[in-house]
Amino acid sequence: MKALYLYFGLLINTCFIYFFPTWGKPISQAKQIHADTTLYGFGRAVTQAEIDKIDIDVSPSGKGLPQGKGIATEGKKIFEAKCVACHGIGGTGGVGGVLVTTNDTKIKKKEKTIGNYWPFATTVFDYVRRAMPFNQPGSLSNQEVYHLTAYLLHANGIIDEKKIIDAQTLPKIEMPNHKAFVPDDRTGGSIIR
Amino acid sequence: MKLNNSYCGQNESIFMQEQDKIIEISQTFPMTVSRRKLLGGMVTTAVAITQSANGQTIQKGLTDEDPTKVTGTLAGEIGTRSPFVKSVKKPSDISSRSPLQDFYGFITPSDLHFERHHGGVPLIDPQKHELIIHGLVEKPLKFSLADLKRFPSVSRIAFLECSGNFRTGKETMTPQEIAGLTSQSEWTGVKLATLFREVGVKPSAKWFLAEGGDSAVMTRSIPVAKGWEDAIIAYGQNGEPVRPEQGFPFRLFLPGWEGNTSVKWLRRIELSDEPFMTREETSKYTEAIKDGKIRMFSFDIDARSIITFPSFPQSIEKGWIEIKGLAWSGRGKVLKVEVSTNAGKTWQVANIQEPVLDKAHVRFRYLWKWNGEETEIMSRVTDETGYTQPTFQQLVEARGSEMGGYHLNPITAWQIKKDGRVLLKPENLRA
Ligand code: HEC
Repeated sequence: MKALYLYFGLLINTCFIYFFPTWGKPISQAKQIHADTTLYGFGRAVTQAEIDKIDIDVSPSGKGLPQGKGIATEGKKIFEAKCVACHGIGGTGGVGGVLVTTNDTKIKKKEKTIGNYWPFATTVFDYVRRAMPFNQPGSLSNQEVYHLTAYLLHANGIIDEKKIIDAQTLPKIEMPNHKAFVPDDRTGGSIIR
Repeated sequence: MKLNNSYCGQNESIFMQEQDKIIEISQTFPMTVSRRKLLGGMVTTAVAITQSANGQTIQKGLTDEDPTKVTGTLAGEIGTRSPFVKSVKKPSDISSRSPLQDFYGFITPSDLHFERHHGGVPLIDPQKHELIIHGLVEKPLKFSLADLKRFPSVSRIAFLECSGNFRTGKETMTPQEIAGLTSQSEWTGVKLATLFREVGVKPSAKWFLAEGGDSAVMTRSIPVAKGWEDAIIAYGQNGEPVRPEQGFPFRLFLPGWEGNTSVKWLRRIELSDEPFMTREETSKYTEAIKDGKIRMFSFDIDARSIITFPSFPQSIEKGWIEIKGLAWSGRGKVLKVEVSTNAGKTWQVANIQEPVLDKAHVRFRYLWKWNGEETEIMSRVTDETGYTQPTFQQLVEARGSEMGGYHLNPITAWQIKKDGRVLLKPENLRA
């Protein structure tokens, strides 16, 4: 994945052309806008405490993961209380969508799930904490989110039931579909990609 | 309901109590006569006005009246649409589509701009909302709406399209249903580059997280280069404050990129050396291509066009027809639009309405004399990178039969039947 970022960074740095529109811009001002290096001093300093209050993202490196740990058996209980209504028993489907891969051959088009699609395990923690349950977003404790993350990873056959999920172990989990992801190779021009 | 609308008594506010009820107005004649009051004074029981839930005064009913023989409605606080015009978005559980077939120009009326959100439209008090920029910066800062408005501003007319903007499958589909998740506005705000300078973005920062203040707390990772290039923190849309559905009090706007990246209700930007791999850039907004590969961070919207007239459910008559439609590219300007009236055998260059703007919808027109025979009409656009809009088949060839549902921009063909009916030629009907 490292190579992927690198490649992508290069692509962006080399391919971007300045497309900023010049229409409607008085010619005499055009220069001034391009030479815009002024600092205006607007906005106010923000304290670390203010940032921490809303800085809830979790990176693939594990940066942003809070203290605590989770285990699938505990997560199952929380899932049954707070998630089954929309995601079905065992996460196999409902109005909120499928979360767990099933081997049901009757399902013609395979649903994308955490197990067969998601490239990073940290995304499970980040997303569940920020947006679920859909009807009560932001209501789960970090502890609950760790348990639920462990449960969803276990239900998808990625970790065993006893695996402890915490800030150290979660970023190390290898997702089965990780290698399938590639950067965008469309570039414009005459080739359809 | 009968109301006594006395202008001397200053009770014009009665209008605000009503919700889509017909109000009959009669009133006492004003004491001092101004032109406005006189006009108002002549309104007796003749004019029916309804009041919509959001306080608009709307003309309604009385269609048998000769409009030159009755006084019209008074000047109001908010403009209205004619009761004879039914131009509405088409909502589903997760989005709402713009009625492309109803538009004449290249600006989408703000209230008809498509909607896509993942946790509903939040109600945000701008006094309590701030944008925090932190992470790999010299000086983390927070900005209120008032702070943002103090910076030098820019305006830009550009389209915004959801990358999941393609539907097909049956003949009875309208442009709105096929491609209604694209709209165009004039966006006004401060360049993100201005704020980047203000906080001192460190050279080690390669990506930034854009996070919304809605219940989905929407997040996307964006390459820093795009932030320096042309990103706008937009607080204005078509001259008025950005609408709630579009991110009030302010949103990120990334010209030419898939709509989801233009995060609405923006509350936080975090500079980082890596992308964050949020759910919307991994589980969603990624698409299968050939050999089991999945494309990610596919930001640019490829060139696309669609004929919006004639289209289903309209029907046409023999003789001259002005074929009209929209074309756009997320990679630059539209170079040309071609129209075929013989099922793609030959193509003719259409007229494009000036101004042709960078990463913007343009309108195209092509005059055609229909002889009454069955045929198919379609359009294709070429942008300034030399990219020509592909057929669905070309996309399948390039991406494989398992290709994902994002970034589909195929040529849309309309079947013209002998009796003048216009029907979509859905992809599953093609050879
Ligand atoms: C009220 C219904 C509802 C409840 C309860 C609910 N969800 Fe969801 N969930 C949804 C919906 C709807 C989506 C899709 C949201 C979107 O696409 O923006 C979703 C999406 C998800 C996803 C992302 C799926 C994907 O493939 O991208 C995960 C993971 C998830 N929910 C986990 C949970 C967990 C864990 C709980 C219990 C704490 C929970 N949900 C409770 C409705 C619900």
